[in-house]
Amino acid sequence: MKTTRKIFGLSIKMFLMLVILIFIYAPLSWLFLSSISTRAELLATPPRWIPEHPTLQNYRDILVPGTAVSEVARTFKNTLLNSFIVASTTTVICLLVGSLAAYALARLRMRYRNHIFLGILSVRMIPEISLVIPLYIAAAFLGWRDRPIILIVTYLSFALPFAIWMLTTFFETVPIELEDAALIDGSSRLGTLFRVVLPVASPGLVSTALFTFLLAWDEFFFALLFTSTIQAKTVPVAIAEFTGRYAVDITAMMTGGILAALPPVILALIFQRYIVSGLSAGAVKG
Amino acid sequence: MILARRADAAMDLPMTQAALPKPRQSLRQQEARDAFLMLLPGLLIIFVITLIPVLYTFILSFTDTPLSNPRPQNFTGLQNYLAFLKQPLFWQTIWRTFYFTVVSVGIELVLGLAIATLLHSRPPGWKFLRTSLIIPWAVPTIVNGALWRWIYNADYGALNGLLLSLGIITKYQPWLTQPDLAMNLVIVADVWHSMPFIVLILSAALATIPTDLEEAAQVDGATAWQRFWLIRMPLLKPAILVALVIRTVEAFRVFDIIYVITQGGPAFRTVTISYLTYLESFSYGKLGSGSALSFLISIFTLAMALVYIRLLYRPEGRQ
Amino acid sequence: MFHKSRPVFILVLVALLFSLVGCGAQPQADTGPKVVKVLTMQQAGPTPEEMNAIVAKFNEGNPNVKVEIEYVSYDALHDKIATAMATTPPSYDVVLVDDIWYAEFAKAGYLWDVTSKIDAATKEKVFAAAWDITTVNGVTYGMPWLLDAKYFYYNEKLLAEAGFNAPPKTWEELVAMSKVIKEKGIVEYPIVWSWGQAEAAICDFVALLFGNGGTLVDAEGKPAFNNEKGVQVVQWMLDTIDAGISNPASVSYVEEDVRNVFSQGKAVFAVNWLYMYELANLNKDESQITGQVKFGLMPAFEGSGVESATINGSMGFSVVDKSPNREQAWEFVKFLTSEAIQKEYSAHLLPIWSSNYEGEALNELMALNEATPVTVPAFKAQFPFSHVRPKVPYYPEASKALQLALQEALTKVKTPKQALDDAAAKWNELQGK
Repeated sequence: MKTTRKIFGLSIKMFLMLVILIFIYAPLSWLFLSSISTRAELLATPPRWIPEHPTLQNYRDILVPGTAVSEVARTFKNTLLNSFIVASTTTVICLLVGSLAAYALARLRMRYRNHIFLGILSVRMIPEISLVIPLYIAAAFLGWRDRPIILIVTYLSFALPFAIWMLTTFFETVPIELEDAALIDGSSRLGTLFRVVLPVASPGLVSTALFTFLLAWDEFFFALLFTSTIQAKTVPVAIAEFTGRYAVDITAMMTGGILAALPPVILALIFQRYIVSGLSAGAVKG
Repeated sequence: MILARRADAAMDLPMTQAALPKPRQSLRQQEARDAFLMLLPGLLIIFVITLIPVLYTFILSFTDTPLSNPRPQNFTGLQNYLAFLKQPLFWQTIWRTFYFTVVSVGIELVLGLAIATLLHSRPPGWKFLRTSLIIPWAVPTIVNGALWRWIYNADYGALNGLLLSLGIITKYQPWLTQPDLAMNLVIVADVWHSMPFIVLILSAALATIPTDLEEAAQVDGATAWQRFWLIRMPLLKPAILVALVIRTVEAFRVFDIIYVITQGGPAFRTVTISYLTYLESFSYGKLGSGSALSFLISIFTLAMALVYIRLLYRPEGRQ
Repeated sequence: MFHKSRPVFILVLVALLFSLVGCGAQPQADTGPKVVKVLTMQQAGPTPEEMNAIVAKFNEGNPNVKVEIEYVSYDALHDKIATAMATTPPSYDVVLVDDIWYAEFAKAGYLWDVTSKIDAATKEKVFAAAWDITTVNGVTYGMPWLLDAKYFYYNEKLLAEAGFNAPPKTWEELVAMSKVIKEKGIVEYPIVWSWGQAEAAICDFVALLFGNGGTLVDAEGKPAFNNEKGVQVVQWMLDTIDAGISNPASVSYVEEDVRNVFSQGKAVFAVNWLYMYELANLNKDESQITGQVKFGLMPAFEGSGVESATINGSMGFSVVDKSPNREQAWEFVKFLTSEAIQKEYSAHLLPIWSSNYEGEALNELMALNEATPVTVPAFKAQFPFSHVRPKVPYYPEASKALQLALQEALTKVKTPKQALDDAAAKWNELQGK
């Protein structure tokens, strides 16, 4: 009796898992199949789920472009590099500046601490669209238009509040006794932060870094308006440019989509252990 | 959860101070100075790159400044705000944005909770499922939008192909032309992308729940259902609220995915408040009224966030 | 929430703000070559290589000008120009402007008035319909460049299977043919349109409206699309959907969807821009109906007295008024659009000069590549029947209102009459402002 129930329960679970996996992978496989099909095959009805003549031409066009390749495909690699520079620099700055601020918020007694914390959180709620015009004027004044630095600076507007918030929750979970011991041993405030708190909170640091990286990698609107050449253009903008005035290069767009998704996916997969342990330690604690 | 602690501290401030052994004044001052110095870089950055622009936009919202010459000019007082509050289009858009927010976040939460619970029971292959979930979350929004637009396509989309081969429909359907359906289809795309985030947060939270509590309850004869609602849910509440705050604020500002999938169609049925702001500010070049709209969004999101924060404050919400 | 009662703070903030806003023109170094920054569009006209070659040629005659070209997607073009104008000096000196933005940009003072700089010979030798693009209220703001119109395409093979050997001349004929096509089961929906919530819908509507003897606005600039003729057109659009003649998914489609459906042989007729021809008829990777695509003159409605009508969807190059190097910028625009350059680089772009379509020049033009023997005559036949959309500064908002009306009518949220009246009311309101 008990075993039948157990088997029944397990098979329900396995069925649910299967449904979820299908929901996850069906769109992904469609994305992948689109990237290795020719347009003519892709548009066939009834759909050919597996292309008869799969081609890696789209990948070749982007990775080792020949001469007869569109400008977008040819410069796609540059935009990947730009995205990487922008997202990782933003992440590093957020971790550095964010750790300092978060430590102060988590540990030190001061007036208005509460107000400052809520203030930082509410900055996260400002829509990008209400920042863009003043920032554009400032960027042009400084001569930063179409340079990666303008994206790094503007991305801080949403990434930094987020990083401060996450890091604060992580630092709160570091046992205070550790720090007290260090402080009594004569370590400075900064020394304590870097030698004691950060190492203990490292899973939290990793998950904050990953979340910040994803936010910056994903951003589209600022990048669209602030950049226009391969000096600074990022991947989401490049993907949007597979759309011409009328024509959309759908197979190339899907290929670009896969390549654009790879870096964050790989990073997330490498660090997934830390994401869950980091989150358990900090953000979700009551 | 920090918010809660901070809030408690604020409410009980005089008492807390009285209860603490009074530290030496100089130490206290030094601590405050350190705190100030450590906060300074962060606050300075936030001040320069967000608060100044926001103030600028705030001033613009009381003018009818055109995009072509964005120096604040022609002050019109509250007219931009009043004009919107009087327009049915505005209220329809607000309502639609709420619909999007509530339904997509709601589905994400229910599914996320179910999947996190499933993962927590460690069925065979759970690690594979958890790893798989990370992929949709890491796919950039713009790719996600393009992908779903493609899936929904009426003449060669995968959805039609799939439903037809399963025999659910007899001929291809134009999904995105149906006024009542379009928004829900955008929601599905959003759920696919965002639900894994909630699963991650809730999985992490479930991992922190001590197993002995539930085991004890089981010994005492509590059903699985009771254990879930009486033990697990209260412990999960802070994590759920964190997920809700983040996702609600994001969902209420939704723009990219709508821009890619429907561009607001059919018949404006997928125009959300951010999209309307974009139209006003950029397509119509009315920076003043666009700014007013973006302020209304900020106010709405702030209000919602405050509601959540209040929920977190409530003493009975804390174990 | 932050610093209540801190007047000093507010002062600093305001000071910072003004330093940000008040920043006037930066001192411009007067030495070295003048830089002309050009903003244009991806996937339009000449390839970047060809553009570079044109710039190199330009530099032979103008060694002291450095031309820098930036390419963005069409979707980003309007917003990029508008944001770029917020600064002095502007981020660009030459911009590519779509037909429907000219009035808005002209009113905002973005563009340099070049009326007096265009000589009589140029004025005469460029298509009259092309000048309609860059001219607002009699003032010319640039050179037309990317001439396009919507064309009527048909699939010759499928039409022959239905027993017809010539394309329809009127929309009524098209309906009659479509019924036969449906009866014979050749395709499910004979014609596909771009009636999605986008400018594309306005373009198709304009072609149908003018083909019914209607206009968008009357002589005084008041909306006229909601009169009897406009309502008839929208009713016709709706009826053809209900009868299964127009593909019902048209209501969510833009141009590219039309191409996909037509290229699959799933439609016998389609309305689209010129770009579709090469991709649908000549490119086997893109199309399953290569060799079957033909042009017909865009039909009109019976009894309208109109032979054919279509939309003029062209673009132009303009010089930015605030540019410190306007003269050099204008020189480049003139060079880029000159008769000789247009003739030499016409493989991806039809010239604006009517002289390029005559005599020996025409033969050369038609021999350029595989597509031109068909596209050049089609252009020559169709372009004179093209109509521009109203040159009004509030066009983007007016267009959205009309898009909404079409969508509401086609999804049956409102009756055609009601929907068009509402849009007309919105146009009047915008005009009154």
